[in-house]
Amino acid sequence: MDALHAHAHAPEGAADHGTLRSYLTGFGLSVLLTALPFALVMTGALSPARAAPVCLGLAAVQIVVHLVYFLHMNGRSSRSWNGAALLFTAIILVILVAGTLWVMAHMNANMMPGMMPPE
Amino acid sequence: MTIHSSLTPDHAFLAGAGQEDHHDDGSTTTLGFWIYLMSDCILFAALFAGFVVLRGQTAGGPAGRDLFDLSYVAVETGCLLLSSLSYGLAMIAAHRHRQTQVLAWLGVTLVLGLLFMGLELHEFRELIAEGAGPDRSAFLSGYFTLVGTHGLHVTAGMAWMVVLIGHVLHRGLSSDNLVRLTCLSLFWHFLDVVWIGVFTVVYLLGAA
Repeated sequence: MDALHAHAHAPEGAADHGTLRSYLTGFGLSVLLTALPFALVMTGALSPARAAPVCLGLAAVQIVVHLVYFLHMNGRSSRSWNGAALLFTAIILVILVAGTLWVMAHMNANMMPGMMPPE
Repeated sequence: MTIHSSLTPDHAFLAGAGQEDHHDDGSTTTLGFWIYLMSDCILFAALFAGFVVLRGQTAGGPAGRDLFDLSYVAVETGCLLLSSLSYGLAMIAAHRHRQTQVLAWLGVTLVLGLLFMGLELHEFRELIAEGAGPDRSAFLSGYFTLVGTHGLHVTAGMAWMVVLIGHVLHRGLSSDNLVRLTCLSLFWHFLDVVWIGVFTVVYLLGAA
């Protein structure tokens, strides 16, 4: 109960704060996860077709690293309002981006000049 | 997230709301700020979606492959990543009530932020000078809108940081100032997360 009380008065409130170790771990992982896709694309080691999934995958991992080590989301966050808001946003984000790309790709295909009905 | 961690969210919410009248421990403020960040996230998602839809529409003008210099972008990325670390160190110092260290790390963060914005504005100027401004093609309109909006956020974050340095100099590390520093830390780290999306989707996939 003491610990709970002390936490309740911690001024940072809605977020845990990190330690030197956690910030350095997050930074180290981020440097690796940034350097790797840059190196792969700059050396031309990846074919253009492979670059997209690999880079997007590494970016997704790095976003999680940032959320955990810099924004201090963790297992307990999922039960908090911060976690709920993040989850809700993630769902909206997927619908928005995936939906836009899907619809616009179809529009694009249907607007090809050859497919326009003659006047 | 630390607060009332053993309680259910509903209880935590009620307890937080009940405290509001006589004593705000800052958790409502940071939660409110977090909600704002989530809405900002959706704004960026819309800009990303717009950019990806338009990225092929170069109108006979230059594509990302012809324009982007990845080693230049890597330096920009390094500045922003280092500034995230230095802001983290400022927060650690703030929780230990080391005012001089807080100011020093905020100063380092500010310099790295300025460096980032300097590099970005230089890049924009070069592009416009080459005739690859936002009016050249739909792709470039999307590019300048997305990257420029991120840049505006970084600029706003730096202005806020200057104000906060003033607050800390004036009032020290009061609990109000700790809440403000925490909100800005969320904002600053959030901008770094958005930049991961920018360097991946705009630059790496544009140049690949």
